Amino acid sequence: MPPVSPAALGVRALIGPAAIVTAPPADHGQNGRMLITRDPAFREGVRAGLPFAAAAVLLGISFGVLAEPVMGQVAPIVMSAALFAGAAQFAATAVLAAGGGAVAAILAGVLLNARYGPMGVALAPSLRGGARKRAAIGQAMIDFSWAAASRGRGSFDPVFMIGATLPSYPCWVAGTAIGVFAGDLIGDPEALGLDALFPAFFLALLVEGELRPGRPAVAAGLGAAIALALIPLTPAGLPIIAASVAALIGLLAARGSAHGEKGASDGASESGPVP
Amino acid sequence: MTAVWVTIGVLAVATAAIRASGPVLLGGRDLPAPVHQVVGLLAPALLAALVVVETFSVSAGGGLEVDERTLGVGAAGIVLARGGSALPAVAIAAIVTAVARALLS
Repeated sequence: MPPVSPAALGVRALIGPAAIVTAPPADHGQNGRMLITRDPAFREGVRAGLPFAAAAVLLGISFGVLAEPVMGQVAPIVMSAALFAGAAQFAATAVLAAGGGAVAAILAGVLLNARYGPMGVALAPSLRGGARKRAAIGQAMIDFSWAAASRGRGSFDPVFMIGATLPSYPCWVAGTAIGVFAGDLIGDPEALGLDALFPAFFLALLVEGELRPGRPAVAAGLGAAIALALIPLTPAGLPIIAASVAALIGLLAARGSAHGEKGASDGASESGPVP
Repeated sequence: MTAVWVTIGVLAVATAAIRASGPVLLGGRDLPAPVHQVVGLLAPALLAALVVVETFSVSAGGGLEVDERTLGVGAAGIVLARGGSALPAVAIAAIVTAVARALLS
C-alpha cells in the first residue's frame, strides 16, 4: 500500500496542506497501549472532520427546528445524542409529524440506518482487538468518516475514522439544541446548497480513491445502477443496502482466479494481498 | 408523547446494534479469500450508491427527479472528470445548487 492513498489526498485537498504531515496509515499501534489522541492518523482525521462538523451544526439546527413542534424541547436533543444519524432522524420525525405512529417511525429509521450493516462489514477486516472494542469502533461510523477512512482495496483506517467522526458529534447535538431553543437562525440549509456537499464529497472520494480499473470500477458502476433502479421503487434506505449485492462480483473473480493464471494475477493486483 | 420516546429508545438500540454488527461478526480475524474478495468490493459499491441516493430525489409522479441538487453534483462530476480535486468539486456543487435554487424558486 502506498503511504499516501488517493482517497487520503482527496481529503487533504479539503483541509489544506498542513494535514499532509502524517505517518503511513498501516500501523496505529492498535494492539499497543498508545493513546489514540497521540496517533497522527487520529489528528489527521480530526482535521478532515472539522469542515463537516460545521455542516453538522447547520444540519443539526434544521433538525432541531423541524423536530421541536413534533417532539418538544428535550426529545430532539436526546435523539441526536443517542442516534447520531441524520437521515434516520429526519425520516422518523417526518413519520411522527404525519401521525404515522411509533412502529412506522421506527421502521423508517431502521431502514435508513441499515446501510451501516454492509458499511460495517466493509470496515470489519481492518479492525483488530476484542469484540467490545470492535463494537465501539462501529459506533463511530457516519457516512462521511467511513467514506473518508477508506484506503482502497478493501482497507480502512479506523483511527482516522474515529478522529473524523469526533468533531461532528458535539456539533450535531449542539446544533439540534440551537434549533430547538433559538429556532430558525440560518434559514433553510438547502438554500445554501448544503445537501449537495455530501454527495459531491462522496463522488470525489469515489473518483480519486475507489474507482480502480477492473472489478472495483465494475462494482461501483453496478452499485450505482442498482441504487438508481430502486430509488423510485423501494422505501428510502433499501437502494443502498441492495447495492451491496454488486460486491458479489468478487466471487466471480475468485472463481476465475482458480481457473486461469490471468485471473490469478488479476486477483493479486486488484484486491491486494489476501491475509 | 409516548410514541416519541418509544421511537427514540428503539431506534437508539437498533442503530447501535446495526453499527456494531459488521465489526463484531466479521472483524478481528482473517477472512477466507472469497469472502475477502467480496468485502473488498463493498466500499466502491456502497460509495457509488450513496452518491446516487443523495443526488436524485423521487418526483411526485414516482420517477427519478433531476433537481437543483442533481445539477450541483453533476457540476462537481465535471470538475472531477477534468482532473479537479475534492475541494473545488465540493465547493462548485454547493454553489451551483444554491444559485440554481435562488434562480428557480
